Amino acid sequence: MAETKAPVERPLSPHLQIYRPTLTMMMSIVHRITGAALFFGTLLLVWWLIAAASGPDAYAKFSWFASSLIGRLILLGYTWALIHHMLGGIRHLIWDTLHGLDPVGREWLVRANLIGSVVITAVIWIIGFLVMGGPL
Amino acid sequence: MSTKTQRMRTPLGRVRGHGAAGSGTTHFWHQRLTAVSNVVLTIGMIVVCISLLGRNHAYVVQILGSPLVAILVMLFIVSAVYHMRLGMQVIIEDYVHDDLPKIACLMATTFFCFAIAFASLFAILKLLSGV
Ligand code: HEM
Repeated sequence: MAETKAPVERPLSPHLQIYRPTLTMMMSIVHRITGAALFFGTLLLVWWLIAAASGPDAYAKFSWFASSLIGRLILLGYTWALIHHMLGGIRHLIWDTLHGLDPVGREWLVRANLIGSVVITAVIWIIGFLVMGGPL
Repeated sequence: MSTKTQRMRTPLGRVRGHGAAGSGTTHFWHQRLTAVSNVVLTIGMIVVCISLLGRNHAYVVQILGSPLVAILVMLFIVSAVYHMRLGMQVIIEDYVHDDLPKIACLMATTFFCFAIAFASLFAILKLLSGV
């Protein structure tokens, strides 16, 4: 081994602040954020299941939280994150087959992802309110 | 291709194609595998959750403790937790570069995922045995 050389000053590769924001780039970031949100959101799933397994009192506490305003906002966000991430994941699976990577195809896919997640989330909540017999 | 970089790898290593981490495309592949299973199981979970909205404890226990629903929930937990463990690993490796904090974050992620999976599965098993 020869003596170690002083590191050469190399140009750094451009990062986020260099590029003009694009929709596909934003959606990539959102897929990561929703993934991370779902990661911590599993705490809600655990709370729900443990509460059900613990008894009526524990379940009543969970139900109270879930039907409170803040609880509903969190659950609405959770629903949207889940659906958005699911559609984004399907988008990734389509890309994995080398389909939809062209400029037109990828723009179409991310738009469908965005619109689809909002529409499906709305449909789920409307069905939910119908099942409950109203928003209260 | 530069011959210098080629010389660093043994022919056997190249044939195996498992790269520096020694696991090849396994991580990527398992992320896809669980992505597909997650789609199916998530749709099932949404149906179950909607059907339990606003119901009282006794009803919820009865449904969650019925074999088919319990199996669905358990499969969802295993698939989702494994998937999110893989996903969080990628996020950490992208942003945390120093060895010690990185290993600490990866460990914490694994512990969190095991705790989530174990607690959820335990709850379902308890419900299955009739509380
Ligand atoms: C419902 C169906 C789901 C599908 C189809 C899906 C699909 C995917 C795919 C394909 C990736 C890899 C993205 C990439 O390579 O850049 C990914 C990443 C990820 N997923 Fe999912 N996923 C689903 C549900 C979930 C759930 C329920 C969670 C958490 C509980 C989750 C957490 C994550 C995380 C943390 C990542 C890493 C994000 C990143 O690397 O930027 N996913 N998902």
